[in-house]
Amino acid sequence: MTVKLKVKDVFKVFGDRPEEALQLLRSGESKEAIFQATGQTIGVQGAGFEVEEGQIFVVMGLSGSGKSTLVRMLNGLIRPTSGQILIDGDDVASCSTGKLRDIRRQKIAMVFQHFALFPHRTILENAAYGLKIKGVPAEERRAKALKALEQVGLSAWADSMPADLSGGMQQRVGLARGLATDPQILLMDEPFGALDPLIRREMQDELLALQATLKKTIIFITHDLNEALLLGDKIAIMKDGEIVQVGTAQDIVSHPANDYVAAFVADIDRGRVFTAETVASEPQVVQLNSDTAFDAVKTMEDQNLNAVYVMDGEEIAGVVTYQTAATADRDSGPADVHLSDVMLTEFPTADADTQLADLYGAASGGLPIAITDADNKLVGVIEPEAVFAQLSSETQEAAR
Amino acid sequence: MSPSDFLVIPFDDWINAFVRGWLVPSFRPFFRAVQVPITQVLNGLDAFFAFVPMLATTLVFALLALKFAGRGMAIFTVVGFFFIDMIGLWPETMTTLAMIVTAVLFCAVIGIPLGGILAARNDLAWKVVRPTLDIMQTIPSFVYLVPIVMLFGVGMAPGIIATVIFALPPIVRLTNLGIRNVRGDLIEASEAFGSTPLQMLFDVQLPLAMRTIMAGLNQTLMLALSMVVIAALIGAGGLGLVVNTGLGRLDVGQATAGGVGIVILAIVLDRITQGLGAPGQTISLRQTLLSMFRPGALAPVATGKVAS
Repeated sequence: MTVKLKVKDVFKVFGDRPEEALQLLRSGESKEAIFQATGQTIGVQGAGFEVEEGQIFVVMGLSGSGKSTLVRMLNGLIRPTSGQILIDGDDVASCSTGKLRDIRRQKIAMVFQHFALFPHRTILENAAYGLKIKGVPAEERRAKALKALEQVGLSAWADSMPADLSGGMQQRVGLARGLATDPQILLMDEPFGALDPLIRREMQDELLALQATLKKTIIFITHDLNEALLLGDKIAIMKDGEIVQVGTAQDIVSHPANDYVAAFVADIDRGRVFTAETVASEPQVVQLNSDTAFDAVKTMEDQNLNAVYVMDGEEIAGVVTYQTAATADRDSGPADVHLSDVMLTEFPTADADTQLADLYGAASGGLPIAITDADNKLVGVIEPEAVFAQLSSETQEAAR
Repeated sequence: MSPSDFLVIPFDDWINAFVRGWLVPSFRPFFRAVQVPITQVLNGLDAFFAFVPMLATTLVFALLALKFAGRGMAIFTVVGFFFIDMIGLWPETMTTLAMIVTAVLFCAVIGIPLGGILAARNDLAWKVVRPTLDIMQTIPSFVYLVPIVMLFGVGMAPGIIATVIFALPPIVRLTNLGIRNVRGDLIEASEAFGSTPLQMLFDVQLPLAMRTIMAGLNQTLMLALSMVVIAALIGAGGLGLVVNTGLGRLDVGQATAGGVGIVILAIVLDRITQGLGAPGQTISLRQTLLSMFRPGALAPVATGKVAS
């Protein structure tokens, strides 16, 4: 994976004497003390991270945490006081206005919280705006904008005005406008923050679906941790202008960097963060044709399991529980019991990316869940207890 | 006992020395040259309005009123213009119309770039422009008639220059307001897609400020109309001259006739330009009439429209 965007030690001071404030900051003064002394506000301090191509990088923080300032520095709407912002090696923080304009036209587009559609333009003209600024001829502009509107399912509304559309639809237009210029980087500043929860959920799913085919590098700003965990390949958590932790959703939930992050993740739905993979264990199996019920009982006793999967070669044949296998083995006396006589052929399966929340049902059946890959091969097994243990660490942490 | 016992400032002498002794002799060619474009435009328009038959002009105005201000206003236009013609003031009305259009044209040409392009983008420029506008609006118009006569002489063009000074502030202010009030995120969006300042101005700022700018134009037009009588004092003709002559001779009939002509013209022009700015939203006749007597009476309405 190549690094598309690199932010190095970026500071932003709002006020007329930024250098002074910066020096105080470097000498270890707090934000409040600097504001008292100089009247300068620290927007962002010491931000540094890398975003890989094709990733969704989520910056999450509460209002006033500096996340909107940070994202605006990435396309130069706000120039940083110090530090570097490298897009393919070009430093957005220090380049000329002309160069910056070129970068904005060619490489980077933005989607806004309150949509920022031009009310005097039709939907199609709005979607084509970036292309118009670039100087793309009218015909080509129209075709590309229509294609972008099709991607978000709004081509039928091309000739309507923004005011005729609902909030969710307007934001789709905002997204289409961003996509129409085919940028490599898409900045999204709380794009779903102004939408009601149902529509927000729908838009999140749609963004993920689009991203699966488009593979843009997306910087996504949000104040909603659940949204961050759902969308982010990587998440940066900001507080008071500083990035307190960068990591994957699972890193952040399972190893919060400090109390602030811990307090945040305490309330989240862990079932939506962790996938089947995280709780799966190495499969212990018996072979349908070579093993008997006795072997199965022995395996389960050795491994302390309640059930074990039965394989027919590479295929899963079924599952046998300790109770049935042991009873059948005892009742049959010295004769061997063939596994097919005690095996259940109905068993729960899931793939590795399934969220734990979706495994509640399967887990409550009491049988271990078979984790299969795309070729239907058994790659792991989840004990029902493991699902509930992972989910309940939430309540333990909240209680602490 | 008062400060004047110790020091008397010969302020009027200073001004006299400045204007008569230096400004007029040194810059006479410049001030003569300034008049040329105004005279050209005015003469052209005056000849045009004088040439077009009365009925044709009425028809055009009635159609404009029908389109922008509704059927009632179209009927009012026809009746009003017929009345003006029947009281024998049609040629004077057309002269006044030519003057008003010229003055408003120059106000727009000066005011929109000044207010919008310069002052709205540059806080320093606005800090200079704003107090200048305040002064222009507070100085009684009679005060600058004298220097204008000294610098430009008497006649139609100086009358229009006085009118422009008087009527310029609203268009500058409202253009500035309109452009500054364009939503911040739209400006950001335009910038984020890499637009140049000019692209942003013509694609986003001016179109979105258009309603406010039109409200400013309407205000400017109303102020220009209210200068008609005063400008006639320094030799501008038209309906203002009719009123002044009536005043001089204590001919109440003639003064009233001229006044009625101005009011009818004002109402028609006001309603049409309001309709241009805010389609589907018209201001009552009463408010229009009020604005004749109190310049700025429409201002709260205009800003209200901006806010909504």
